[in-house]
Amino acid sequence: MARQIGEVILDLRNISLRFGGVKALTDISFNVREHEIRAIIGPNGAGKSSMLNVINGVYHPQEGEILFHGQVRRDMDTHDAAAAGIARTFQNIALFKGMSVLDNLMTGRNLKMRTNFLQHALWWGPAKREELEHRRKVEEVIDFLEIEHIRKTPVGRLPYGLQKRVELGRALAAEPKMLLLDEPMAGMNVEEKQDMCRFILDVNDQFGTTIVLIEHDMGVVMDISDRVVVLDYGKKIGDGEPEEVKNNPEVIAAYLGTQH
Amino acid sequence: MAFFFEVLIGGLLSGIMYSLVALGFVLIFKASGVFNFAQGAMVYFAALAVVGFIDKGVPLWASVILAFIVMTLFGIATEKFVLRKMVNQPPIALFMATIGLAFFVEGLAPLLFGNDVRPLDIGLVDEPIPAILDSLNIVVSRFDLTAAGLAALLVIVLALFFQYTRVGRALRAVADDHQAALSIGIPLQHIWALVWAVAGFVALVAGMLWGARNGVQFALTFTALKALPVLILGGFTSVPGAIVGGLIIGASEKLAEIYIPPLMQSVFSGNFGGIEGWFPYVMALLFLLVRPEGLFGEKHIDRV
Amino acid sequence: MFYRETGQFKTSYGADQQIFPIRQDRIGIVLLLAVAFVGVPALGSEYFFSAILIPFLIFSLAALGLNILTGYAGQLSLGSAAFMAVGAYAAYNFQVRVEGMPVLVSFVLAGLTAAGVGILFGLPSLRIKGFYLAVATLAAQFFIVWCLTKFPYLSNDSSSGVISVPGVSILGFDFDTPRSKYLLVLTLVTLLALAAKNMVRSTTGRAWMAVRDMDVAAEVIGIRLMHTKLLAFAVSSFYCGVAGALYAFCYLGSVEPDGFSLDMSFRILFMIIVGGVGSILGSFLGAAFILLLPIFLDIVLPALSELLHLPFDGATVSHIQLMVFGALIMFFLVVEPHGLARLWQIAKEKLRLWPFPH
Ligand SMILES: Nc1ncnc2c1ncn2[C@@H]1O[C@H](COP(=O)(O)OP(=O)(O)O)[C@@H](O)[C@H]1O
Ligand SMILES: [Mg+2]
Repeated sequence: MARQIGEVILDLRNISLRFGGVKALTDISFNVREHEIRAIIGPNGAGKSSMLNVINGVYHPQEGEILFHGQVRRDMDTHDAAAAGIARTFQNIALFKGMSVLDNLMTGRNLKMRTNFLQHALWWGPAKREELEHRRKVEEVIDFLEIEHIRKTPVGRLPYGLQKRVELGRALAAEPKMLLLDEPMAGMNVEEKQDMCRFILDVNDQFGTTIVLIEHDMGVVMDISDRVVVLDYGKKIGDGEPEEVKNNPEVIAAYLGTQH
Repeated sequence: MAFFFEVLIGGLLSGIMYSLVALGFVLIFKASGVFNFAQGAMVYFAALAVVGFIDKGVPLWASVILAFIVMTLFGIATEKFVLRKMVNQPPIALFMATIGLAFFVEGLAPLLFGNDVRPLDIGLVDEPIPAILDSLNIVVSRFDLTAAGLAALLVIVLALFFQYTRVGRALRAVADDHQAALSIGIPLQHIWALVWAVAGFVALVAGMLWGARNGVQFALTFTALKALPVLILGGFTSVPGAIVGGLIIGASEKLAEIYIPPLMQSVFSGNFGGIEGWFPYVMALLFLLVRPEGLFGEKHIDRV
Repeated sequence: MFYRETGQFKTSYGADQQIFPIRQDRIGIVLLLAVAFVGVPALGSEYFFSAILIPFLIFSLAALGLNILTGYAGQLSLGSAAFMAVGAYAAYNFQVRVEGMPVLVSFVLAGLTAAGVGILFGLPSLRIKGFYLAVATLAAQFFIVWCLTKFPYLSNDSSSGVISVPGVSILGFDFDTPRSKYLLVLTLVTLLALAAKNMVRSTTGRAWMAVRDMDVAAEVIGIRLMHTKLLAFAVSSFYCGVAGALYAFCYLGSVEPDGFSLDMSFRILFMIIVGGVGSILGSFLGAAFILLLPIFLDIVLPALSELLHLPFDGATVSHIQLMVFGALIMFFLVVEPHGLARLWQIAKEKLRLWPFPH
């Protein structure tokens, strides 16, 4: 099935973000099109994670504006972002450690739940039905990610690679329109990486989910992304299709560690 | 007006004592990230140890040294047998452990050193300073002033210690980054033992000053409860914060105690004394709503 | 009989989502309830009801309340006793001031009042975390007890805030014996414990745990921190409030504000630490443990002093008690942070394999 890359749905304009004296992002602009896989690359500390955090409202930039779904705003709000269908994973796994895999995934569907705490307390008809209905959806994600055998395991006890996969599962459980992945393959062995690549491509292909991806493995980035933006010291130094970026002299310099 | 200043000065002077206890919290928190609820129990323990040794016929100066040794050993034991074993647990669990520690110490101290309220004479008398009384017509207690002076001195010494000694720098480094501290070449465990010893010393000074003023008794443990709002106000990691916070809490609670009850009495009938017990907390709480990082704390954005 | 789930295949998600999915657990609970509702009332003595079982159930309820807030939602509170006080005084006021107010309704209103006060003191949790919040809850502890002592209106003008509650009568039946009070308390506590269990296994509980485990991730999923935390404060305070009302109406009969001390708040905290932070069962186990321990020490220590020829006076016994409490708390936190509930679970897992380990 051929993906149809659509219109620009997210446009970041002149974003600057500071923490005290640290300039994490300086005047960065780039956009994301519907259904595409957009990679963000750059050395450590370049501001990649901060960029994702700006996109879903965890960080609030001091300058710039964000166009999302045709609406221009100063910054994003985490709740609005989630409600608009943005889900994500984190660089340092941010699972709910005390809960089982199943509960983590069910929590991912939080925004789709309609019943309230009183109904829950009584385990009232609608509450029970809702729980069942969402359980079914979550089981689909569990099947998709091939993690049936660990559904009842507390996530804290899982090995690192599986935790990463469960975190992807939690994001997918929300049936997102846009998925932000912060180094989903870091620290994985070759086999685990291949699995993860497959999942990402499948999600993009089967559900048409737009993906913004931070990744260090250049092979992977060049293989799976449609467009790449390159950050270095909080500034954008390259943007375009993988081939184009690969041959950009400034990018090559940054990656070879040349002094600026 | 003279009365107002009397209350204010009395409040500020007792505030310095709060600062002293708060300082013990800050030291341990900075070095190990543990919020040590047992600091008040340590104040009690230290003072009781001093009078306990005196009861056995040991002279004052030797009692103080012995008490200091006891406090240090106690700190090292706590670090070794409890806190070190909990390094992978969330801070809140460590905090709860120190509540357990407080109970333990509050039981242990009287078992070791006796239970009765005892006076502690450190050669200071609680009387108005004549010169100030004559010239300004304000009662300022000689005891309070001297105690405050001692406390201030201790604070300065500690500040210098942190700033200028190798160990002090290591302590500060530990607070910022455990890895960095290791590169200074002092084992983390030594640093923690040391910081518990310093906190024990601060508790000892606080315990002796409070004990000499009001007698050595269980109520000394409540000094910790007074120091907590000081910390909220000043920020948990700031030495100047502990000092300024203590002054603000001390002064405002005394003023509140004098001026608020009559106001309330005129609205509702009844007796509204004892505001001191909660006023610092409610003030600290309201303050938190405005500035959650405290007076001197830094604004912190969680990193993800 | 074997404790096994082998052979019990779940053929639907519904079956897998039952409150007690393992058949032996269901049987166990039914048996336990049968014993509690039928066996114990038939056999127990007056003393056993009024000195042990009733306070046990009431403190279990308070511990359950604190566990919802601290164990599930991760917000540490040192003011549980104050919320019990709010419940006790609210129930009293509704009873004395409103003609013909049914007792059960006043208990519910007491819980709701405590919930309201809980929300108020939970507001700082939106801006501060961890022990900062713990310190803030001390404000509730001191301020509430002070108000109850100082405002004569709240205790119907009794001196220094002491209240003596009226008798409990529901639909013409007087609950005036320890046995009947026990049954009343047992019924309420059972219902509230079931409700708590239901909440923590559904969306509400998952949101609480998410906020506890990783608040930023919870927010990113779309969980509203404010709503979730305040709900935890409200529900927790509701439970503590009802516990307080029961404490006054079914246990002591007459209470004073100072009875709801910081020390009591600590004991409730100890109950959940020993019993199991984040476990409904643990709240009950912990309450039993912390209440029985002093009774046990009262018996053992004098005997021990006789044996060792050491003079233990009352003060010494209470000091040893403090030390034992403190040491236990540290011991559990270091060795088994999930408390007795976890030990019980491990025992069950062992039993599941028995008699053929591996
Ligand atoms: N919450 C924060 N508080 C303070 N500084 C931060 C925070 N988050 C990121 N930074 C700083 O911003 C810069 C960019 O960090 P980050 O976005 O994590 O980079 P990358 O993901 O590319 O490695 C770094 O200097 C980092 O220290
Ligand atoms: Mg990063």
